[in-house]
Amino acid sequence: MSNIQLCYNIERQDFSKAGEASSNIKKALRQLGINSGTIRRVAVATYEAEMNIIIHSEGGIIGVTVDVDKIRIDAKDTGPGIEDIDMAMKEGYSTATPEIRELGFGAGMGLPNMKRYADEFKIESSVGNPTIITIVIYL
Amino acid sequence: MLVKELIEALNLELIAGEEGTENKITGVYISDLLSWVMAKLQAGNVWITIQTHVNVVAVALLGEASCMIIPEGADIDENTIAKANEEKIPLLRSQLTAYELALKIKEVSKI
Repeated sequence: MSNIQLCYNIERQDFSKAGEASSNIKKALRQLGINSGTIRRVAVATYEAEMNIIIHSEGGIIGVTVDVDKIRIDAKDTGPGIEDIDMAMKEGYSTATPEIRELGFGAGMGLPNMKRYADEFKIESSVGNPTIITIVIYL
Repeated sequence: MLVKELIEALNLELIAGEEGTENKITGVYISDLLSWVMAKLQAGNVWITIQTHVNVVAVALLGEASCMIIPEGADIDENTIAKANEEKIPLLRSQLTAYELALKIKEVSKI
């Protein structure tokens, strides 16, 4: 069986469409008959990745690859990069503005939530470069 | 208990998403921090939040909330109402506080 790939463009600061890519991914996985627990883990990971791209980056893409034994999520933006990844991975740490926080975002839970729901989690980033996140969830 | 039964029991205002009122209620979750909600809300939970911008609908949808209740009669954005209708997620409103709502839901649903 060949794998199935989904790809979504995420615009920076586009809060009107926030969550749309994750919702579409979720619907597609349901149609593929993936079990609900796995779908939930993918939904949380893709939602957090989507929100991070909207809030913090200059825009990016989220790709989902469904294989026979795993689902892989690739989130890649076009910068500006993360200065201190260790800090960014800490629960409660966020660089979001007060305006963003008033909307209920910027809780500093995005990256920790992604890692929590992943079987494999990798983040690559540095100032002036893209942030690339790879998440694998086993089926 | 179904959402439509809860609406009747608590005299909730049905703002949007009437098509989802047959959803079954499994519990209650209260938070305004969307990442917390994404991580902790269980499928079928009633989600009580004072956040009323359009993004709450995506969170409710992804977390599989049975419905959303906006407490204390807060104003709700027009595009949030449109999105809740589109996604068939019941968007309800009450004059009660989140705490009072939770107590009443416990009383009428026994969950």
